Amino acid sequence: MAVNDVSCRFTPGTLTAIVGPNGAGKTTYFNLVSGQLRASAGQVLVDGEDVTNLAPSARTRRGLGRAFQLTNLFPQLTALENVRLAVQSRADAGWSFFKVWNSRRDLIEKAEAVLERVRLADKRHVAPKTLSHGDQRKLEVALLIAMEPKVFMFDEPTAGMSVDEVPTVLELIHDIKQRGDATVLLVEHKMDVVRSLADRIVVLHNGTLVADGDPATVIASPVVQEAYLGVETTRD
Amino acid sequence: MTATSVIPAPFDESRSRAGFLSRALSSDLPRSRALSFILIAIVLTLALTPLLFSGSQPLSTAAKICVFIVLVASYDLLLGYSGIVSFAHTMFFGIGGYGIAIGLEKLGPDWSSVAIGLIAALALSAVLAIAIGLLSLRVRAIFFSMITLAVASAMAVLASQMSGITGGEDGLSFQLPYALRPAFRVFSEPVFGVMINGRIVAYYLVFFVTVGVFLLLLRIVNSPFGRVLQAIRENEFRAEALGYRVVAYRTAASVISALAATIAGGLLALWLRYNGPDTTLSFAIMIDILLMVVIGGMGTMYGAIIGAALFVLAQSYLQVLMDAGSKALAGIPLLPNLVHPDRWLLWLGALFVISVYAFPGGIVGRLRQGKQS
Repeated sequence: MAVNDVSCRFTPGTLTAIVGPNGAGKTTYFNLVSGQLRASAGQVLVDGEDVTNLAPSARTRRGLGRAFQLTNLFPQLTALENVRLAVQSRADAGWSFFKVWNSRRDLIEKAEAVLERVRLADKRHVAPKTLSHGDQRKLEVALLIAMEPKVFMFDEPTAGMSVDEVPTVLELIHDIKQRGDATVLLVEHKMDVVRSLADRIVVLHNGTLVADGDPATVIASPVVQEAYLGVETTRD
Repeated sequence: MTATSVIPAPFDESRSRAGFLSRALSSDLPRSRALSFILIAIVLTLALTPLLFSGSQPLSTAAKICVFIVLVASYDLLLGYSGIVSFAHTMFFGIGGYGIAIGLEKLGPDWSSVAIGLIAALALSAVLAIAIGLLSLRVRAIFFSMITLAVASAMAVLASQMSGITGGEDGLSFQLPYALRPAFRVFSEPVFGVMINGRIVAYYLVFFVTVGVFLLLLRIVNSPFGRVLQAIRENEFRAEALGYRVVAYRTAASVISALAATIAGGLLALWLRYNGPDTTLSFAIMIDILLMVVIGGMGTMYGAIIGAALFVLAQSYLQVLMDAGSKALAGIPLLPNLVHPDRWLLWLGALFVISVYAFPGGIVGRLRQGKQS
């Protein structure tokens, strides 16, 4: 069993960091929440509505937005088209057969604005397969922002990014949190990032929840020091 | 079969262009001078065939090209744009043919029989496509392909067994409405030296329905819906995560494609005044369609026009050409045998292998690439 007995309630306007060593079950936990995996037991509720038996697409339409750890884009479509598809889904405009897609200027403009925010506007006509890794990560974040979900799930958004690209993404996540109406979940390895952004830290270890609380308390707790942070501090 | 690796590099297409032509082509212009030229040449030739050529053979070839443009374009929607490999496309083609044939044979040669036959065929195709889609499009792609193969084979057997309705292996010959019969005259005098008879009316019916259905399919692949299909083809997992119900979109794509194939089958039956297992239902046609899509260029729509024109012309005239070649080479050892008309399939096969190897993006992909480099 990859994840067992992890119960959490996440409130809008807060950012919760989910941390733990490799293989702790962080991504599996995300997959259970966003529907890529079905849990053998337990429930997922969004605004009180049970979404446990819904497909990923149905959960997305109910406000669960997910960005992936391993970049997961439409490799041959342009960056703009990748984002536009997210905007189009949000606008519920996919079931339109007889209009030309680019007649919806509003969707294209919205997609362009999102690309502007992640600083990819100049690469709007480049396909992801030819983008640098860092740019692909930014595009991944752009897709999530374009979906305007109630719950933002970031899975190591800065992994593999060069140092000068990281602040752009962290600023974006910070802005989303500051808006106050969205719930942000962040899987992150870098403890400095977690410290600077998180209102709350959940620690997973071997698929179980070992600590949950405000950053200062969690980081100071002995179980966390031993299970996760201890390893990292000795390595540093 | 992956359809993704052969799509030409993206370009700026987010600006909608003005103008009638651009609107008719749904802003999806050929994007290559050579391609535009070839397409205009094909369409003009098809439009003017009754005036340019005499005799029934060129007109029949042109009508067949038209029918296959619709059939191949509808298959491209499935294979090239949605990444779905179906072997049931000829089944829907056959349903269209039988719809018209049974309608005209049982209800008499008038337009209401055509309408009833076509509507019944479209309804049956839609129901079958929805059933196959919902049952099998949610599972692995190979399973869907196998299901379509099984259903199509069952349908072919059914058509040949139910000879009371379908005419069995012999098929059905029937009379057309009066306006489409050779004896019908639109004008009492010839126009540009050509007597406009019912055959020519029938040809233009085929031609204009082809133009209409092709433009409609081109519009659909360039609609927000068509864009979702391409997203699903590229990354099904992510499309689902973005909130698109992959099964529903795929099923819709296979229904639209099935309906267009049904219309193509109806057109062929109207043109031939006959429908039988060999003209619309056979698996050999399924292979021809696959070849035409791949040769023309998957996921391009325009590839259907070029693929169908090239393939049908080769089918009709390669043997004639080879016969001439064989005679010209008489006396030389081996060579006359190699280009003997009976070997035409060998040469068609060789052409196919070479073209796939040399132009993985099909002819349209190659022409568009040429423009960009």
